Amino acid sequence: MADKIATREAYGAALAELGAKYDIIVFDADLACATKTEKFKAKFPDRFFDCGIAEGNMVCVAAGAAAAGMIPFVSSFAMFAAGRAYEQIRNGIGYPGLNVKIGATHAGITVGEDGATHQCLEDIALMRTIPGMVILNPADAVESKKAVEAAILHQGPVYLRFGRAAVPVLFDDSYDFAIGRGVKLADGNDVTLIATGVMVEQALAARELLLNEGISARVVNFCTIKPLDREMLLACAKETGAIVTAEEHTVIGGLGGAVSEALSETCPVPVLRVGVEDQFGRSGKVPPLMELYGLTAAHIAKKAKAAVALKKGC
Amino acid sequence: MDQEKKRELGRKAAEIRLDIVEEVFSASSGHPGGSLSIADILSYLYFSEMRVDPKNPEWEDRDRFVLSKGHTAPALYAVLAEKGFFPKEDLKGFRSIDSYLQGHPDKKHTPGCDMSSGSLGQGISAACGMALAGKIRKKDYRVYAILGDGECEEGQVWEAAMFAAHYQLDNLCALVDWNGLQIDGRIKEVIDPTPLDEKFRAFGWHVISIDGHDYDAIEAAYKEARAFKGKPTMIIATTTKGKGVSYMENQVGWHGKAPNAEQYAQAVTELTAQRDAL
Repeated sequence: MADKIATREAYGAALAELGAKYDIIVFDADLACATKTEKFKAKFPDRFFDCGIAEGNMVCVAAGAAAAGMIPFVSSFAMFAAGRAYEQIRNGIGYPGLNVKIGATHAGITVGEDGATHQCLEDIALMRTIPGMVILNPADAVESKKAVEAAILHQGPVYLRFGRAAVPVLFDDSYDFAIGRGVKLADGNDVTLIATGVMVEQALAARELLLNEGISARVVNFCTIKPLDREMLLACAKETGAIVTAEEHTVIGGLGGAVSEALSETCPVPVLRVGVEDQFGRSGKVPPLMELYGLTAAHIAKKAKAAVALKKGC
Repeated sequence: MDQEKKRELGRKAAEIRLDIVEEVFSASSGHPGGSLSIADILSYLYFSEMRVDPKNPEWEDRDRFVLSKGHTAPALYAVLAEKGFFPKEDLKGFRSIDSYLQGHPDKKHTPGCDMSSGSLGQGISAACGMALAGKIRKKDYRVYAILGDGECEEGQVWEAAMFAAHYQLDNLCALVDWNGLQIDGRIKEVIDPTPLDEKFRAFGWHVISIDGHDYDAIEAAYKEARAFKGKPTMIIATTTKGKGVSYMENQVGWHGKAPNAEQYAQAVTELTAQRDAL
C-alpha cells in the first residue's frame, strides 16, 4: 500500500492541478495552510482570495462570483463552513442554486487534538437538508481528486468533505468515479457494509474479521451521500438482507440516516449505524479517538453480526 | 440635473410607490415602509445610472443590483416592472402561491433580479463577489447594492466592508437607506449603529452622505462614486420611511404591515396626486 495521504492534501493538490485545466477561483478563510488551498494559491495567486476569518462573508462572496459566471471554491474547516456558515450556504448558494463548491476540510473526529469545537460531526446532516446540494465524502487521495474534478464539471452547489489525518490510498487511477454512484469494493451475501470517507478502510478490514467468523460481507463505498445511490442500496438490501452503515459523523442524519430513510420506504431490512453516537468529541490522538467513539473495523464487525441476527428478509 | 429629467424620475418614483402600495395591499402583507423610502433612489438607478437591458436580463456586461435589504422586494419588483423586465400586472401576484414574485427576491425566477436576498447582511457580500468577478474578468460593469440601516447591525456587513476595501472594489457602490427605523423601534433606541459614515470610512470606504429624496444629491453621489478609484463607495442616504404616504411616514408600525381598503385608497389618492403634480 502506498504512503498515507490526507484527503485535504489531495484536495489542495487537485485544485492546484485542475486550476490549469478549469477556470476556477478559490476562496479561503485564513486556513489556506491547513485546508491546503495554499497549493492553488502558489500556482494561481491571481485566482486565490483570502477572505480572512469571516466565513459567512466568504460563502456569500463566492455566491456573488458564481452569479457573475465564475466557478468558485470556498474552503474552511467543516465546522466553520457547514456549521458557522450554514445559513449563508442555505440562502446564498442553495436557494439560488449557484455554482459554488464548498471544500470543507478537518471534518469528523480525526481532527484529533483540537477537540470538540473543531470536530464537525454534523456537516453531512446539515448539508443534506439543503435542496439540490450534492455531498461528496471521498475515502482516499485518488477519490478526492476525482471528486474535485467531478464537482467542477457538475453545474450547481457541491459540498466536498475532507479529513485532516493521513489515510491509506485505497484506489488507483483506473478507479471509476461518478457523482451519485456507489462502488462495490468486495462482494458478499450475508450483510452489506456501506461506508463513506475514512470508514471505507475500516469496512474493508471488518469484512476480513467477519470472514473469519463465517460471515460474508459485501462492502460498498458511498462517496456520494446526496444524491444517494438508491438503486445500488436497494439491490444490497434485497440481496444481502441486512445493512451496516459506517461514517465518521454523528449517527443522526448522515449516511446512516439517509440509508435508513431510503430503505424504510422501499425495503425495510435491518440497518445498523456505525458513527459517533449522540455526543461531542474530545481531544486526543486519532487512533484512540477512533477506538473510543467506535469507529473501528471491530465495531463494524460487531454491528454486522447484530444486523445478520435481526434479518427477516423483505 | 435639469428640471425635465427630475420630473421624469419623480414620476417614475411615484409609479413605483403606487405599485409598492398595490403589491402590499394585494398580498395583505409585505414591507411598505422601507420600500417607499428607496423609491427615488431606485428610480435614479434604473432610469439614469445603471446599464441594463430588460430584453436581455442575463446580459453578461450589465450592471448588477443587489437588494441586500431584501424585505423591500416590493420596491425592487415595482422598478423592474416599470423598466420592462416583466409585465406590471404580475405585481398583483406578489407573495401569492401562483406567482414568481416571492416575499423576498428570488433570482432564479424573477427576470432582472440579480441575487436572491432577504437574510440580512448577505446581499452586500454577494455584491462584493460580483464586483470581484468583474475585476477578475476585466469587465467594466458596476455593482450596486442597497442596505438597510438596521441591517448594518449584522456582523456580516462589516466582514463584507473589510473585504471590499481590501480588494479595492471601486466598481462597487453600496447605499445605506438611513430611515432611522427598524422593526422594534427607532434604530438609535433598539441598538445604535452610528456613526455609520465614520465606521465605513474607518473600514476603508469612500463615504458620501446625502438626502435620499434629492435627485441632484443622488446623481452627484453616484457620479462621484463612479469617478472614485481605489475604494468602494458607500452612500449614506437619509430618507423618510414610508415616504409619500402621509400616515406611513416615519411610523415604526408600517415596517411590515399592509394597509386596509380605506388606507389603501388614501395612499393611492396621495401618490396619484404627487405623480400628477409633476
